[in-house]
Amino acid sequence: MDVSNIAAVSGNIAVIGYGLAAVGPGIGVGLVVSKTIESIARQPELAAKLQVTMWLGIAFTEALALIGLATPFIFA
Amino acid sequence: MMIRLLVTALLLVVFFLWSGTFKKAYKNKQYVPSRFQLMGEISLNFVRKSIAHEQLGEKDGDRFLPLLTTIFFIVLGMNVTGIIPSLNIASTALIGLPFVLAIAAYFTFIYAGVKKHGVGFFKNSLFPAGVPAAFYILVTPIELLSTFILRPITLALRLTMNMIAGHLLLVLCFSATSFFLFNAEGFFKAFGAGTFLFGFVFTLFEMLVAFLQAYVFTLLTTVYIQLALSDEH
Repeated sequence: MDVSNIAAVSGNIAVIGYGLAAVGPGIGVGLVVSKTIESIARQPELAAKLQVTMWLGIAFTEALALIGLATPFIFA
Repeated sequence: MMIRLLVTALLLVVFFLWSGTFKKAYKNKQYVPSRFQLMGEISLNFVRKSIAHEQLGEKDGDRFLPLLTTIFFIVLGMNVTGIIPSLNIASTALIGLPFVLAIAAYFTFIYAGVKKHGVGFFKNSLFPAGVPAAFYILVTPIELLSTFILRPITLALRLTMNMIAGHLLLVLCFSATSFFLFNAEGFFKAFGAGTFLFGFVFTLFEMLVAFLQAYVFTLLTTVYIQLALSDEH
């Protein structure tokens, strides 16, 4: 019996890669935010300063996911 | 293109009116600001106090304030068109405008560094102090890539891709609503209400993102300028 053809998916394998590109930054943004929350809980007076740093960290981390989003437009 | 001209015209009119109100209030020694004046003061002071002064300090903050204010309000105005019904797409969702702004930010931070340190700016940023000489083989290409090549690209891409992603989400939600309401049969029509609710919630979320991206773009420009101005990297 030929079992090589039970389930077939058509399409480009690269699409999975573009999706996977969101996993790492997702974890990264989560870490950034959770650490900021922890720090604010310890030092509420510093909340404003920590939040600015948090947005910076999120912006840098998020860029990777956005590169993943941009690659299909470039290589398609 | 039309939308961009419209937003630019709107911004020009608002700023013209604001400056008129400020001048009048200053001349008449009016201590209680009117509502319109207060709106202008809050929005302009947001960029001035909590972005420019916070990162660059009073002196340098005021030096680069015109550019930062321009970037903030252009990005905010153009982002907001993404959630206005019948305009629907953010002008910043096309790569052109963010790229122009990113190039402006790029040349500004290089200008800031060169003005302050001369050629030493490139030496500081390519050969950071405190690194053993042998490591420069590794460090210098990375610094070159991250500082002078990737910075403007990520600046433009971040804004564009956020706006594209938001637009795609809204399109998905509302086209699903349209499909469920008009093409689906029987019970499935009820899903239309759910997807419409999602679309509405994401519209609110896009409002937040529009503001946040304007803030992040301006903040990153400020931080790049601040890094260029600082003595040791």
